[in-house]
Amino acid sequence: MKKFLALVLAMLMVFSLCACGNGGDSGGDKVVKIGVFEPITGQNGAGGKQEVLGMQYANAQNPTVEIGGETYKVELVIADNESTTDKAASAASQLVAQGVSIVLGTYGSNVAIAGSNTFKEAGIPALGVTCTNPQVTEGNSHYFRICFLDPFQGTVHANFAKEQLKADTIYCLGELGNDYDQGLINYCSKAAEKLGIKVITESFPKDNSDFTSYLNNAKKAGAQAIFAPCSIQYAQLIVEQSAAQGIDIPLLGSDTWDNNTIVGATKGKDVQVYVSTFYQEGANPDFEKGIKEWINGDAKNLENNGGNDMLAAVTVMGYDAYMVALEALKAAGSTDPAAVMAALPNVTYTGISGSIAFNEIGDAIRDSAVIKKSNSETGEWEFVAVQKAEA
Amino acid sequence: MNETMNKKVLRTPDEVAKRQGMWLTIVALAILYAVLFALDNFIKPSKFTLMLLPVLKKGAIYSLVCVSMNLLNGFTGLFSLGQAGFMLIGAYAYSIFSIPAARHAAVYQYFDGGALQFSIPEMLGNAIGVNLGSFLGAIICIIIAGVAAAIFAALIGIPVLRLKSDYLAIATLGFAEIIRAIFQWNGLGTITNGSNLLRDYTIFSDMKIQLGAQVFKLNTVFPFLIAMICIIIIVLLINSSYGRAFKAIRDDEVAAEAMGINLFKHKMLSFVISSFFAGVGGALLAMFQSTVQASAFMSAMTYELLLIVVIGGIGSVSGSCVAAFLYIACSEWWLRFLDSGMLPFGNIEVSFFRDGFRKVVFSVVIMIIVLFFSKGIMGNKELSFAGLIKKIKSKKAAKAEKVKEGGAA
Amino acid sequence: MIEFLHENFRYLLSGISVGGQYALIAIGYTMVYGILRLINFAHGDVFMVAGLIMVYAIAGGLPMWLSIILVIVLTVVLGVAIERVAYKPLRSSPRMSVMISAIGVSYLLQNCALYFTGGLPRSYPAIPFLSKQITIWGATTKMVTLITPILTLVLVLALVFLINHTKIGMAMRAVAKDFETSQLMGIKINSVISFTFVIGCFLAAIGSLLYFSNYTTVVPTSGAMPGLKAFVAAVFGGIGSIPGAVIGAFIIGICENIIKAFGQSWTVFSDAFTFVLLIIILLVKPTGIFGEKATDKV
Repeated sequence: MKKFLALVLAMLMVFSLCACGNGGDSGGDKVVKIGVFEPITGQNGAGGKQEVLGMQYANAQNPTVEIGGETYKVELVIADNESTTDKAASAASQLVAQGVSIVLGTYGSNVAIAGSNTFKEAGIPALGVTCTNPQVTEGNSHYFRICFLDPFQGTVHANFAKEQLKADTIYCLGELGNDYDQGLINYCSKAAEKLGIKVITESFPKDNSDFTSYLNNAKKAGAQAIFAPCSIQYAQLIVEQSAAQGIDIPLLGSDTWDNNTIVGATKGKDVQVYVSTFYQEGANPDFEKGIKEWINGDAKNLENNGGNDMLAAVTVMGYDAYMVALEALKAAGSTDPAAVMAALPNVTYTGISGSIAFNEIGDAIRDSAVIKKSNSETGEWEFVAVQKAEA
Repeated sequence: MNETMNKKVLRTPDEVAKRQGMWLTIVALAILYAVLFALDNFIKPSKFTLMLLPVLKKGAIYSLVCVSMNLLNGFTGLFSLGQAGFMLIGAYAYSIFSIPAARHAAVYQYFDGGALQFSIPEMLGNAIGVNLGSFLGAIICIIIAGVAAAIFAALIGIPVLRLKSDYLAIATLGFAEIIRAIFQWNGLGTITNGSNLLRDYTIFSDMKIQLGAQVFKLNTVFPFLIAMICIIIIVLLINSSYGRAFKAIRDDEVAAEAMGINLFKHKMLSFVISSFFAGVGGALLAMFQSTVQASAFMSAMTYELLLIVVIGGIGSVSGSCVAAFLYIACSEWWLRFLDSGMLPFGNIEVSFFRDGFRKVVFSVVIMIIVLFFSKGIMGNKELSFAGLIKKIKSKKAAKAEKVKEGGAA
Repeated sequence: MIEFLHENFRYLLSGISVGGQYALIAIGYTMVYGILRLINFAHGDVFMVAGLIMVYAIAGGLPMWLSIILVIVLTVVLGVAIERVAYKPLRSSPRMSVMISAIGVSYLLQNCALYFTGGLPRSYPAIPFLSKQITIWGATTKMVTLITPILTLVLVLALVFLINHTKIGMAMRAVAKDFETSQLMGIKINSVISFTFVIGCFLAAIGSLLYFSNYTTVVPTSGAMPGLKAFVAAVFGGIGSIPGAVIGAFIIGICENIIKAFGQSWTVFSDAFTFVLLIIILLVKPTGIFGEKATDKV
């Protein structure tokens, strides 16, 4: 027993030393590291993987960057934060230890906030890709983001329900204990009440899979729209059960719903799903052709994208985030995180998802979201409208 | 003359070993804290220290929580699975009382700034200086966290402790789930912030000490200090008459009762004390994470703690500590390469190394320990310098004996 | 009255359907507990693995009937293998070690599922007959909702017959009554225990077919909550008693949906309610509704 233990311990020590020794300079090329702080496993694993795909594609297309007159090879360092706040700190310090110049991520605002402090202490700037909670960038100077915010997205949904669906009652359903769901519902219901819409709000416990009673509650209340900004796992179940129960109320989903598995679940079923998102497939055919070829070219990528080559908005956002990071590195003229942080606020970039510039808080200035609708015959998204927050 | 004789007679080899061991322990601890202090202040962060420090902090916190769980499961024989729930209470109690007043509006953004409008570290900071104030404030909040968890434990304990073994396990597991639901409920949102994170409270990097003009950081020293003090208190308790009563209950309830031990009173004591320290551990974890969200305190966390206790040895305090550091280091540092698809040496790609493989390896190792080394690392023994000295001495003695015998032959 | 019932018929329907699925899992818990005095924490995860086997079998191009058979066979094999590898060596160890081993197996199964699915939620294939949409008394639902309670009752009756009127059933009752004496009487205890796991996992596999036809997403944690609730149902009905487990499961399934129907802040506590119920029953009548009074042996 003791010998066994000693052996195990010795092996672990060797491993740890190797882990430290490795990853140094590999060859003569100058390397700049970009940290990817994303959930690969856990509740948001599916979305996180798609976001990483965008960054990997961008990296494949633009493997080098010109910094201060020299060519640097860009290396992506991925750390899995497992979608939970208690693993965020150590995943973040892994990136810090690897000496990254800037961090991209993460899908899931709560994990972004949980990891934020580690980056702050290390003086490394972070660029939020699709974390929409205002608290991510509020009160700090190192976190930036390229997507729109929850107050905006919530308002968009309220306006959409009022204008397009002519709703006077909406039903909001979110996961208990998930700040993303509850935050969006809060903003949406505030905006909706201003518009004179009656709002009913309910929460379901974590790992719930029976939504029939909630859907029945919505029907009983006479809601004309169900707003359910929850993670993909639940969204799929809600779509499926809404169809099975024959509930003909339109479902409104947030940016998390913009995923192949959800639009796939609507195929051949009598259900209407609307989502607000960052990008509409088909808006930039050249880019899409390239990324689809790249996704189809590797079985691993294809699986990470959910088994087909449909383009999710988060993938596009991941691509744009990488490009913004390169711009920041160029502007900084150095791989020093402090220089990159100083350069970031003034970076502007016209990305695939639109033009990106930061305001004084560090948020991207965006005034519109794309609303898409599921087509249950083809199982694909259709463009509906570009919705603004101001009605 | 007579006196010195007596003294010499009284010092048995055991006592000598104990005394030497105590000195060695103190020296070792002094070295440990010196190293930690140096790591916090003087040593330039490198790749190695950046990975090492979070592991050390979390390891210290998990040691405390595992020892508190061991007190209940290993020493009193109460199989409780409510640890995550008590940690949750501790983490929330700590952070609620230490969010600076100015940050309330931003943190409680959906609840109009929340019900409380003060922060203990801040108030103390205004009175006696920022550094000392936040240090003492944090300690007060940590104690509040422990007390809150202990009060809940006392309330839950009254009904639950009447249950036996597996029923107790499932009932405490259920209570942990109920506590989580209550903390996430919007009805209490002005205090708990509902489903949203609590943040911006006093954390480890606010722990500083001013000596003269110089300010020293206590980032890593602080969790070690708190955890060590708590573990020492638990060890003293275990070695007291209460501890002996706990062990008697564990070994045979009926016999213990026949010996005049008040079962309910002692079970309750163990449950409340264990929960107190779980609450303290929760508060430290909140400081480590810099954010708190109820959804992280799932039953999976309790299972993780239980497995650490098992790896360390049920009924061994030092085993729990060693296992906690090993577990955290493996899962958050050494074995991370298993997820990356690359071997740590050379640039060899291994196709089956991909996301989640680390956890598979981990759970297989845990199963092997549970099945084949069910005593864990330490069994129910303790790691101590005194024991080490005794062992070395007895080995030496045995060798000497052998030499003698050889000489005689 | 009829009006009220009609309005709330949907809730009742989904309650009964969920209850039936819990029942099929709960039987596995109650039988194992009856014989080994072990809370088989891994049972919920075996149920989840059954779901994943179906997903991969269909994705691998197997026909539906073959996939269903495969799911049942593999789940049973998995269950028996778990018993042989993880529980049998610990049979003489303290109860706590076996329970820890069960938690370890549960952890292992979840992590393996995480590894194989890559953390992506997997869609459960539609089983043609079960997924058909039907309308009863104004409530639209899937066929499976109707099939579940019926199938559950049929299986439970068959099981009760098996236990009361066959030789292996008699052996099982004997082992549940007194482990050591039955061993002395010449009952092959290992095969009886294996048989218990076979039945438990067979029912879990059927349960998974029904459950995932209704709730068509499989993730590594899919089994945890239904597993825990099924266990509560088993305790509620009196652990060790099969009719008790079934009735307990239906009560919990229905209550849960009624609570959700109250709406607003009640929905928050629909899971917590299950545990409150558990604690109340443990305090008021620790042996459950149908449980036999257990005496402590000194």
